[in-house]
Amino acid sequence: MEIILAPLVGLFLAAAIYLMLSRALVRVMLGVALLGNGVNLLIFVAGRLTRAVPPIVPQGAEEPAGFVANPLPQALILTAIVIGFSMFAFLMVLVFRAYQSLDADNTDRMRLAEPEQPQRPPLEY
Amino acid sequence: MIAHATALADWVLVLPVVLPILGAAALLMVRQRLRVQFWLCAAVILAVLAADVMLFARVLGGGPLSMTMGRWLPPFGISFTADVLGAGFATLAAFVAFAVVLSLVTTAPEGALRDGVYPLVLLLLAGVSGAVLTGDLFNLYVWFEVMLIASFGLIVLAGHPLQLDAAVKYAVPNVIATTLLLLSLGLIYGTLGTLNMADVIGRADDADPNLLAAVAALFLLAVGIKAAVFPVNAWLPASYHAPPPAITALIGGLSTKVGAYAVLRLALMLMPSVAEPLAPIVLGVAVATSLLGPFSALAEANLRRAVGFLLIGGVGNILLCVAPGHAPEAIAGGVLYVAHAVLTVSALYLVTGLIETAQGTGNIAEMSARSRVSWPVAALFFVLVMAISGIPPFLGFWPKLLLLQGFIQTGDWLLVFTVLLNSLLTLIVGARLWSLVCWRPSGDPAVRAPGLGAAVLVTGAVVLVGLSPQLFVDAANVAAAGLLDPARYIAAVGVSP
Repeated sequence: MEIILAPLVGLFLAAAIYLMLSRALVRVMLGVALLGNGVNLLIFVAGRLTRAVPPIVPQGAEEPAGFVANPLPQALILTAIVIGFSMFAFLMVLVFRAYQSLDADNTDRMRLAEPEQPQRPPLEY
Repeated sequence: MIAHATALADWVLVLPVVLPILGAAALLMVRQRLRVQFWLCAAVILAVLAADVMLFARVLGGGPLSMTMGRWLPPFGISFTADVLGAGFATLAAFVAFAVVLSLVTTAPEGALRDGVYPLVLLLLAGVSGAVLTGDLFNLYVWFEVMLIASFGLIVLAGHPLQLDAAVKYAVPNVIATTLLLLSLGLIYGTLGTLNMADVIGRADDADPNLLAAVAALFLLAVGIKAAVFPVNAWLPASYHAPPPAITALIGGLSTKVGAYAVLRLALMLMPSVAEPLAPIVLGVAVATSLLGPFSALAEANLRRAVGFLLIGGVGNILLCVAPGHAPEAIAGGVLYVAHAVLTVSALYLVTGLIETAQGTGNIAEMSARSRVSWPVAALFFVLVMAISGIPPFLGFWPKLLLLQGFIQTGDWLLVFTVLLNSLLTLIVGARLWSLVCWRPSGDPAVRAPGLGAAVLVTGAVVLVGLSPQLFVDAANVAAAGLLDPARYIAAVGVSP
């Protein structure tokens, strides 16, 4: 299974990088979303995919009987999904507010913080 | 399961994280009363500072302290582990946050105060404390995100169009950087099967060094973006001059240095074996950052943007100590440089903010044509310019001295030259800025900007520590020894090697 999922992760990351190289912020946002999902899939694969029973310890025992699935990747991914989603939501609102107040969704035309004609420092005292 | 409960005195370890988070929640409940918010916020930060100082004193004397959550055995539970490096950083962070809150009460725009600047400051402090005190790599990622979301809020508060533009340029690269960090952590987990820092140290020795180097390179790229090192630093000068000065002082003083901290932690302590294959890249990046920072500052027309470039040069100096075979003095120099960069840069942002507010412009050429800067502000600015260039009686001198001692011992003349050239360039930039802004024939009476107290507080710390640096130098030596030989750290966490 890892063999199949690894190229899929690669595809996600490649598409994400392609989108994030764009100047249009909407595409960048889509790229960020894809990147997050690709990374979640990667963690899932990194935890090794196995056919096994859920890791539940029988009552009274100290450790599970027999071979169980690795529960840690799910915990990591769940955390990452929650954080990634909130970051993405914030970015969407930020980009929309910037679009409203700067009238631009293209980074080439968002020049308030870094003016197109850079000011020169004074050359004498 | 761990049978015995954590000793009561050890709980001081989580206080620097728990207190600000609870405090932020409490502040949101009184969000209509700005005065109450301020006093409560200041009280919480003082409590955090007290906890940090206690923690620091303890780890300085008794070695690293660790605590694992939820009664799990260490490699499985999430560990919080403080060593001298982490506890010292957390202490300085709380100190800077206190000064910033003092400054905010007089300088922050009304809108920012109403929208909850104090809770966000506390959350940022929680993120920084968590990132430097955690003993788990995935947890490090979580604290980075806490820090990030708080800093987003701080940058856009009040919602001026300039701030929105800056926030877009700050937010997108930083979100990508944390996602890359997550990616590298997934790969570290896949390679080593653990994310507990103490456990990583033991297992990294047995892993394939080339595979590990590839994974570590990704980690270093991610935290390198956060630390604003040379090829990936364009977001910093695009954003740090937009928010109110006190906010810039907080974010500029702390968040890039947390990135530098993560580089030191990973490359020197967790996976020292990767330093060998990655050293040419890391050193190349460090030298380039160290020199290009002040060079860019020389060509800068905006005062706070120029300070941002000086900050970048400082980060380069910190990373110079990341290479195999360095003398312990060099590592101690890098650690002490982190402390210096936190204090001096945030003081510099506070003081330049005072000047900017009084003059009503950030442009250096316009400033030098306007009214005088009042003499206390000019004096503070002068002290800080000398401090950041590394002129003797101030704090900046000691880390550079340690770095130079270390590099001369091992004969790294290129690095010696880099540190010296960086100091010279920084001095030229600083002296130029100071004489353009402050050294003017007296014309109109000086305008007094409010909020001088915070700048005096942090600058005072820079001067005092510069005059008697023994405690800081000793702590840096202990921290460097801990990074190079983590046996006590591993023993404190309690994983079997």
